[in-house]
Amino acid sequence: MLRDITLGQYYQADSVIHRLDPRVKLSATVLFIISLFVVDNWVGYVIAAVFLACMVKISKVPFRFMVKGMKSIVFLLLIAVAFNLFLTPGEAVFSVWKLTVTREGVRIAAMMAVRLVFLIIGSSLMTLTTTPNNLTDGMEKLMAPLKIFHVPVHEVAMMMSIALRFIPILLEETDKIMKAQIARGADFESGNLVKKAKAMVPLLVPLFISAFRRANDLAMAMEARCYRGGEHRTKMKPLIYHKRDRIGYLVMFAYLAACIYFGRIVTLPAVWGMVWNRNA
Amino acid sequence: MALILDHVSHIYEEGTSMEAAALKDVNLVIPDGQFIGLIGHTGSGKSTLVQHLNGLMKPTSGTVYYNGADIHEDGFDRKNLRSKVGLVFQYPEHQLFETDVFKDVCFGPKNMGLEEKEVQLRAYGALKQVGLADEYFYQSPFDLSGGQKRRVAIAGVLAMKPEVLILDEPTAGLDPKGRDEILDQIALLRKETGITVVLVSHSMEDVAKYVDRIIVMNRGSVMFDDEPRKVFRHVQALEEVGLAAPQVTYIMQELKRNGLDVDTDAITVGEARDGILEALERRKK
Repeated sequence: MLRDITLGQYYQADSVIHRLDPRVKLSATVLFIISLFVVDNWVGYVIAAVFLACMVKISKVPFRFMVKGMKSIVFLLLIAVAFNLFLTPGEAVFSVWKLTVTREGVRIAAMMAVRLVFLIIGSSLMTLTTTPNNLTDGMEKLMAPLKIFHVPVHEVAMMMSIALRFIPILLEETDKIMKAQIARGADFESGNLVKKAKAMVPLLVPLFISAFRRANDLAMAMEARCYRGGEHRTKMKPLIYHKRDRIGYLVMFAYLAACIYFGRIVTLPAVWGMVWNRNA
Repeated sequence: MALILDHVSHIYEEGTSMEAAALKDVNLVIPDGQFIGLIGHTGSGKSTLVQHLNGLMKPTSGTVYYNGADIHEDGFDRKNLRSKVGLVFQYPEHQLFETDVFKDVCFGPKNMGLEEKEVQLRAYGALKQVGLADEYFYQSPFDLSGGQKRRVAIAGVLAMKPEVLILDEPTAGLDPKGRDEILDQIALLRKETGITVVLVSHSMEDVAKYVDRIIVMNRGSVMFDDEPRKVFRHVQALEEVGLAAPQVTYIMQELKRNGLDVDTDAITVGEARDGILEALERRKK
């Protein structure tokens, strides 16, 4: 019923991407996002698309899991595209009523759409192949230098891992309460907006109570184990770079370099020129 | 013939790496008025099975019939079905939400579209049936004790006047006294109203005393489906799947092995006592 939310949902599989160090995956995701905003011609996007397709293939995660995460941003995507399409000044293509679609508008809107879609797929690839625990471990390690500026890195990482851990639990709980209320004749689907909002009360009240109860239990359990966070804590599974991780970094930087070179510096005619010269 | 499951299977997350079969080709007939114990180890598919009985879950393959009608056919009134087949979930007190106990119990009958007066009558009747004292009726459900909360939650389902009452682990997390009270109340309720009761549990002890029939689930399939004493003869098979016969059954079998001629089919403490006394009497002669 509520299982179609991909955020923070780990997909178990055995692939190189799954085994990579979370730090590599985190940096790679950041680099990938940067690359999307660096490129500004179609060659760059083709490179990004091919790269992403390869990564998805290697990860062994079915493609529909990535698409699932997209559902939530469809609305945002439409708004972004519409605004860019109609409100960019430039050479008019055609106009409807007071709105004019310009050549530049089409270009920017298309780019925006592709960027957003790639961005979502890229980052869900990371969350689908990394367990929440690994992810926050990686984040903690990567952000460690910030400790100099008195940023409570460990605490932030802890909060994040707890929040991520609670997503599936609360989803399951929602599912359970929903079913229990449906068994008592509750109707969450029909009716107008007001009626639907009212129908949520029997779901939300128990859900909040259960969330607080769980938070309380967890705090108690942590205290009972003398948790105090921060300094001098050792890890059961410390993060260590392997050969595959170094290769991962290399691949990622090579990809970024390619994006900058072909997607930014070299413009389209120049690429054609290169091909032409070789043939000649 | 109230409920029939015909070759029902259910597979979770079909087509992903998490794919898991929760039910495998289950065939069951649940006739009117029977008191059934549904037993199985954690993860044996009990909870999945009961959610098929009131149409909360749809079988991946197979059909569920209620009074001869396929409950997943287009146009079948599943909302009505849910008032006829009342399902009390595990830890039902977690579903309470209203500001007072009485209002919460009214939720079910109100959803059925009944008149205000009928709703209140039913809520009152249901709260009486579960044996909750009047003084708690207008308190917040969150101020009650665990056992009382559970009674309120069970009343919330009873107020819909179901023909079949399914209780998923109604005694989980209760102390022995609370457990006995709830089970006695359910047995009494069934005696008075004659409704069909399906009691889901992983404890043979709970069930042995009350039910007419035991269904044992293992890994999504029905392993045994028979009268309690017949099921308990398979002590070894039960132990292999992580269940156990009631303790008195073990005592009786041990006594028999040691030469006292008792009837090993005894499943309650009372029966065992009578059996042992009888055997001792015979021995004296």
